[in-house]
Amino acid sequence: MPWTRDQMAARAALEIQDGFYVNLGIGIPTLVANHIPANISVQLHSENGMLGIGPFPYEGDEDADLINAGKQTVTQIPTTSFFDSAASFAMVRGGHLDITILGALQVAENGDLANWMIPGKMVKGMGGAMDMVAGIPRVVVIMEHTAKGEPKILKQCNLPLTGKGVVSLIITDLCVFEVNKDKSPGLTLTDLAPEVSVEQVRAQTEAAFDVRAGLS
Amino acid sequence: MAINKIYPDAKTALAGLLHDGMTIMSGGFGLCSVPQALIDAILESGVKNLTLISNNAGVDDAGLGVLLQTRQIKKMISSYVGENATFAKQYLAGELEIEFNPQGTLAERIRAGGAGIPAFFTPTGYGTIIAEGKETREFDGRHYVMERGLTADLTIIHAWKADTEGNLVYRKTARNFSPMMATASKMTVVQVEHLVEPGELDADAIITPGVFVKRIVKLNSIDKRIEQRTVRKRAA
Repeated sequence: MPWTRDQMAARAALEIQDGFYVNLGIGIPTLVANHIPANISVQLHSENGMLGIGPFPYEGDEDADLINAGKQTVTQIPTTSFFDSAASFAMVRGGHLDITILGALQVAENGDLANWMIPGKMVKGMGGAMDMVAGIPRVVVIMEHTAKGEPKILKQCNLPLTGKGVVSLIITDLCVFEVNKDKSPGLTLTDLAPEVSVEQVRAQTEAAFDVRAGLS
Repeated sequence: MAINKIYPDAKTALAGLLHDGMTIMSGGFGLCSVPQALIDAILESGVKNLTLISNNAGVDDAGLGVLLQTRQIKKMISSYVGENATFAKQYLAGELEIEFNPQGTLAERIRAGGAGIPAFFTPTGYGTIIAEGKETREFDGRHYVMERGLTADLTIIHAWKADTEGNLVYRKTARNFSPMMATASKMTVVQVEHLVEPGELDADAIITPGVFVKRIVKLNSIDKRIEQRTVRKRAA
């Protein structure tokens, strides 16, 4: 049985450790915040100039000057700081954040990531994604395993790249892969969703992968 | 007697500054802290063939979206324009030029431009189409792309408070690109919610010093739009 979006987010939350500064992308990654254990201290970074994101405001308390990177109204907490976009990306590009969790269109077995553009179709722009993957040491991708039946985990991306050799971990609705671009194959299957078999994953994955000992 | 930086309205504040083909930087993130009164004055002026440097392109009927509707914009330099359907339509029809910049690269290009730094190296975008045609170099075993500083003919921004000298304070996430943009042109015009006398702002809390600000308009009414209203229920 494939994992739900919430279960994928919960799996991603296991990658977050006490004291981490964390950037969450838009979509399923945003759900990860709901699964961070209460007994650890984590500061969430918002690229528009905020560190320490609080929950959504109570109805009537929305503030147009207080939004996250998805343009959603949020709240501040006692640890919050505000700063400009250059300082925000100094945190990102200077390697001061610990982990980023984001969505993807395609990931390749060498860790290449494509998540910002479909030529002739999607012209939204990369926003902060290229900076995140270039500057943050651990990059976790959460995505559906396939798109309309087509594999998204490939030998090589054929969409324009967001970054080269940047992905550390891939979490899909079927499984989890560790990425090590210095080994061949670069992917190691580490977790399976309930009742999902290695063969099922293989059938829906173009890239070659190793299977961690003991996993079946 | 100091130069008077205070103008009665947005139209007067932009008088003599606008011409076809010019480059304008506009602050804001999404619709948060976009200088809408100044954008509306540009709309009314009819000036065209503009290059706009701004993180986003607004939505169809707000932010820079209003200048896209009237086709006054020829080119945008932005990082993300996903909220604007007009933009996508004009771009895919070949009627609008876009130069996508990674958001951090965009912020740093503006910061560098304002600081008199013509270029810098960043790992962002190495090995992607963003790096095509740009100089790359290896430092300490890592690859970097050279990016140029950015400046403009005019900067328009929104601030929370100004004093009459042009010292500015922003509020919460309404700061975003505005402090860097204020430095990156020789003509920065700011719309503000509150205008006070020198000495009334805490000098330690000033984000943009008055040297970067040439003209100030105090807004009479403020209509701040929320793009994605997200709330939680109060516990019963």
